[in-house]
Amino acid sequence: MALPQDPAPRFQDYARPEKLVSTGWLAEHLEDPGLVVAESDEDVLLYDTGHIPGAVKLDWHTELNDPVTRDYVDGAGFARLMSEKGISRDTTLVLYGDRNNWWAAYALWVCTLFGHPDVRLLDGGRAKWGAEGRPLTTDLPQRPRSDYPVVDRDDSQLRAFRDQVRSHLGKPLIDVRSPGEYTGELLHMPDYPQEGAVRGGHIPGARNVPWSRAAAEDATFRPRSELTGIYEGEAGLRPDDDVVVYCRIGERSSHTWFVLHYLLGYPQVRNYDGSWTEWGNSVGVPITQGEKP
Amino acid sequence: MTATTLGPRLQEVVDDFTGVGEQDRLALLLEFSAGLPPLPARYAEHRDRMEPVPECQSPLFLAVEVAADGTAHLFFDAPPEAPTTRGFASILQAGLDGLPADDILATPGEFSSQLGLTGLVSPLRLRGMAAMLARIKRQIRDQRG
Repeated sequence: MALPQDPAPRFQDYARPEKLVSTGWLAEHLEDPGLVVAESDEDVLLYDTGHIPGAVKLDWHTELNDPVTRDYVDGAGFARLMSEKGISRDTTLVLYGDRNNWWAAYALWVCTLFGHPDVRLLDGGRAKWGAEGRPLTTDLPQRPRSDYPVVDRDDSQLRAFRDQVRSHLGKPLIDVRSPGEYTGELLHMPDYPQEGAVRGGHIPGARNVPWSRAAAEDATFRPRSELTGIYEGEAGLRPDDDVVVYCRIGERSSHTWFVLHYLLGYPQVRNYDGSWTEWGNSVGVPITQGEKP
Repeated sequence: MTATTLGPRLQEVVDDFTGVGEQDRLALLLEFSAGLPPLPARYAEHRDRMEPVPECQSPLFLAVEVAADGTAHLFFDAPPEAPTTRGFASILQAGLDGLPADDILATPGEFSSQLGLTGLVSPLRLRGMAAMLARIKRQIRDQRG
């Protein structure tokens, strides 16, 4: 059975306050049956240096991706993974991670493609939990195996593929990368590896709103009024827009997808996970360079 | 000369990794991570004297000193919240620090693929180690003029 939602007043302005929990709420509910906490980090070893007591590790790179096809695991693979972690279909799954929850948001998006009914993010992620001096442990949880059902992944509502983005040109697109990546001056994040795009720039018509605009200093999400100012005031989105978000491989844009879909409540937001590593290398697709959309 | 051989110390590290099962390999990488020696003061207080390695997922800084006797000493710095990057640095430190510079130059650039970590850590993350080694070699060549 799903756990109660976090009644924290600061979440109540968001369109879907039940998608977030605070560190205080999580600390109170850690022992509750029906809850599984999962850590998803950029660094594959960070969990092993210490994690929230009872949390399982969920690695975006080695577990959520199919090892052969450039795609996520299928329904059977997801069921196997969730069962191994002791997660049931009726589990309240709380995800958190490093880097302002990039990878946790990515994992949440993938879980949502499989329609997991109750999956939430820990607002502020690993950084806030640690900054508050809350406990971390290297003890590995002993969760009994569960029997997660095989559910087909539904890519039709929340995920965009390259050709869908081509036919979307002219409608709202948000590029969440750094300004240098957007203009084409840089082919990768500042201080990050070149991940193999042969051209720099952005998808024609995309507005640049770096993902980090949505995060406050303590890694929590900004209040709804500020988010509205950024995405509607500055970037010109409207709540009924059909929006596609993208970045480099789809992880930073999962963070923005979460903001637009759950915090601002836009019904039609898709994440283009092929992102710039696909678009910037594709034969025959147009790009735009420079500061203009 | 084509670089094809691992020195005995680096070979020992590779054998340590490939001699254990997959889960123990990650535990071993974590041990390496914890064992990365702290920086001497001349770098700890002067990070600007170190070279950043942007190919690593998390910030890593390295420095190389080629001594008069032709041996090379390696220094690395990466934050505790980047244990994988620290682990990679520590492997290079354990396998190469203090060796004759020529031996380091002869280390195959793709040796990281021999550690048995590709499936556990992902090829993307492993790229950082190859980049560190490439920069170490370049610094050695630069310093020797």
